[in-house]
Amino acid sequence: MNIRPDISETAIGCGSAPVLRERGQREVFCGLTGIIWLHRKIQDAFFLVVGSRTCAHLIQSAAGVMIFAEPRFATAILDERDLAGMNDANDELDRVVARLLERRPDIKLLFLVGSCPSEVIKLDLSRAALRLSQAHMPRVRVLNYSGSGIETTFTQGEDACLAALIPTLPAAPANAPPSLLIAGALADIVEDQWLRTFAALGIGPVHFLPPRRANDLPPVGPNTVFLLAQPFLNDTARALEERGARYLPAPFPLGVEGTTLWLKAAAQAFGVDDALFDKVTQPSIFRARQAIKRHSATLSGRRVFFFPDSQLEVPLARFLARELDMELVEVGTPYLHQTHLAHELDLLPAGTLLSEGQDVDRQLDRCRLQQPDLVVCGLGLANPLEAEGLTTKWSIELMFTPTQGYEQAADLAELFARPLNRRARLKVA
Amino acid sequence: MQLTVWTYEAPPHVGAMRIATAMEGMHYVLHAPQGDTYADLLFTMIERNGKRPPVTYTTFQARDLGGDTANLFKDAARDAYERFKPQAMIVGASCTAELIQDDPGGLTQALGLPVPVIPLELPAYQKKENWGAAETFYQIVRTLAGPAASAGAKRERAAGARPRCNLLGATALGFRHRDDVTEIRRLLERLGIDVNVVAPLGATPSDITRLGEADFNVVMYPEIAGPAAQWLQRTFGQPSTKTVPIGVSATVEFVKEVAALAGVDPGPLLSAEGSRLPWYSRSVDSTYLTAKRVFIFGDGTHALAAARIAADELGFTVVGLGTYSREMAREIREAAAKYGVEALVTDDYLEVEARIAELHPELVLGTQMERHIAKRLGVPCAVISAPVHVQDFPARYSPQMGFEGANVIFDTWVHPLMMGLEEHLLAMFRDDHEFHDEAGPSHLGKTAQKPAAVAEAITVKPATPESIVWHRDAETELKKIPFFVRGKARRNTEMFAQTKGLPLITVETLYDAKAHYGR
Ligand code: SF4
Repeated sequence: MNIRPDISETAIGCGSAPVLRERGQREVFCGLTGIIWLHRKIQDAFFLVVGSRTCAHLIQSAAGVMIFAEPRFATAILDERDLAGMNDANDELDRVVARLLERRPDIKLLFLVGSCPSEVIKLDLSRAALRLSQAHMPRVRVLNYSGSGIETTFTQGEDACLAALIPTLPAAPANAPPSLLIAGALADIVEDQWLRTFAALGIGPVHFLPPRRANDLPPVGPNTVFLLAQPFLNDTARALEERGARYLPAPFPLGVEGTTLWLKAAAQAFGVDDALFDKVTQPSIFRARQAIKRHSATLSGRRVFFFPDSQLEVPLARFLARELDMELVEVGTPYLHQTHLAHELDLLPAGTLLSEGQDVDRQLDRCRLQQPDLVVCGLGLANPLEAEGLTTKWSIELMFTPTQGYEQAADLAELFARPLNRRARLKVA
Repeated sequence: MQLTVWTYEAPPHVGAMRIATAMEGMHYVLHAPQGDTYADLLFTMIERNGKRPPVTYTTFQARDLGGDTANLFKDAARDAYERFKPQAMIVGASCTAELIQDDPGGLTQALGLPVPVIPLELPAYQKKENWGAAETFYQIVRTLAGPAASAGAKRERAAGARPRCNLLGATALGFRHRDDVTEIRRLLERLGIDVNVVAPLGATPSDITRLGEADFNVVMYPEIAGPAAQWLQRTFGQPSTKTVPIGVSATVEFVKEVAALAGVDPGPLLSAEGSRLPWYSRSVDSTYLTAKRVFIFGDGTHALAAARIAADELGFTVVGLGTYSREMAREIREAAAKYGVEALVTDDYLEVEARIAELHPELVLGTQMERHIAKRLGVPCAVISAPVHVQDFPARYSPQMGFEGANVIFDTWVHPLMMGLEEHLLAMFRDDHEFHDEAGPSHLGKTAQKPAAVAEAITVKPATPESIVWHRDAETELKKIPFFVRGKARRNTEMFAQTKGLPLITVETLYDAKAHYGR
């Protein structure tokens, strides 16, 4: 029952396993996609992509539905006059931003988001952001980051966005009491649960990045320690370290084990004693395990194959292998950040096939050859694989659903169990 | 630089994907960064295709830019040929690759692949999806069907042979294209006309080489098949149809037109039972449809057809007509003039929204975008055109073209209104304990519960001119008017009060206005 949050004892170890590195066609979104969840998280921020019609169409297609009267994102579409130099692209951008801000007085923070076309034509959005900030301060702050497909893969857009926010965080003085910062966009409900847990552990103050409101930026300084709630925050972590904050290495808070080890990292940094830690976490651990157990009959012993998508693949695979007894056929991920994933890799079953990057046709060949029970993949691949008789889970749902922490651990298991349950129910071929 | 919230059309290379995906044995090698692979999901999720689109993306990255993106393209093209063994390939660039100018056509030519390679130039910063589809289809037809023409294969129909035609324009991701093809095939079969090739939907490159063997072409969707049909006319002397058979009258005209082109008698088909639409529309039950105010927006072909059906076949009043297809602006303007309305030619969704809010139509016929607008405004809506949504690929047979298409259209457009009428009857009993006015029309879903409040929350013109005030009694009286004409009554009364310079609207003002504007 008692989970020992001590990695060395439980380690099976995949840390030094060989990794299959592929450099062919990648079937993944670009970083612009992150706007879909980021604009909902920071409620008074606006995301203006400077790009092409493709960029605009990507965001609306990936969002799937168009339910917002006027969403807090838009695209400034470059046209031939901008490219041929007949228009000064900077003047055009100033005009578009002025019109936008006039229309949307509720906007406090504007992100100019770079795309492949804006980068290839070398439109300097950091200078534009500086210029526009000066023009529109104090009402609106203007920042910039790149979500382009030539620089970023899917969730790296969030990393770039958060990294762009960090230089604007207020400085916590050198004599400030220790504080905890949690980096990575999370559902509000997950944040609220953790605020209660940290309060019970006596850890505080606790801040989240990104904040729900643009003006609630968390302070950061040498007495700040931070946890990553998401595995794709490489640049964010580096930027926080540059501001003097200290990284708390831990696995990621997916599943009971990941959540416990992640909370434990904070507890140790704040000197919480083991008895209190156990007292606070045990009821949640117990409840989560009971709830997860309901899905183990469906998932246990089944073979799962991950196509690369969000960089969440390694922690998810660790959860499925260790808490649901699934067999890992291949764990593909767009990037394998050895440092941030070190604890995760140690927990993976020895001999797990890890692949980094992609050559989608070759990976499909491997997948077909292996005939896994469940394939975790993107929206472009799911139906074709289903049509071939495989069972799939679309990975983007794992980004849009609250999955972190104890109370969501069983929901996470259910996301993987549902396609298999559905298969079992259907009596039509 | 244009500020865009939602876009009606994808970039032109997605138009090319619609052609490639519609065909068999064709492969598209696209020089593009990884994010552009999102377009696959349009086909696999929206259209629920069981196969991946036949597209290979080079997915070059920033680190490749200084180096050799050209070689990356060559490798991708060679590998794609080896793996998929297509009968022909199209090659081109998306918006980003257009800027790095690698010349996909020349690079592939240099590989000396043993199949025809068709280079595409689709200017991503000027053109859009439908243009891209039309241009791609034209290039494919010219390249593959051309050799037959230079071989002097101008076809003369042998005496006694059945007439033959091609069906042109149906693509992947088209609005009901699959079912329209079936419907038109059935019509032609009843006329004794053979179908030579359907393209691009279901055609192989070798089918395309046989296009010249038909007597004439049926141009189903002019936006897509227009340029190819013109080339076929010039090259093989094949005439093409001008009528798009959406609606009863248009279908009858179409039957006469193809019968004349094929030299067959349309009489038996036209005297047989056609669509149920004319009788249903004349049925007294439909009198409540009279002069319903309808707003129409879509691609050029579907918007034009919808306006004609609405006015001539259902007895509606067209209060607004527009399109996002700039290529068809002229036709739309002409039609709008006929209905006495101002045409709206725009691809700015906010402009369309503002126009709908201003016009207070009783029915919106539009795309999925207008469906969302109508939902927010609490107005019934039916979808008539792309851009498509998963709902536009129904499991049942539901063409737009031909007589069955007219039946489908009658049901689809009239049901939202009919349910509106039922809701009105319910509203008459609203003082009964189980009904209450705040419940809102059930068929519009939860979002329609407070149409007025929602309409104010979005960026539309304020409903009431600031200087005018409603008396409480007049407000109460207004609430007794059925919800689906209430907006119009409010607007007319306010307009009336404004022209008369009345600052306060009383019950009297309400009825004065009613008499003034009475139909
Ligand atoms: S990959 Fe580049 S061009 Fe394509 S949508 Fe993403 S940012 Fe835009």
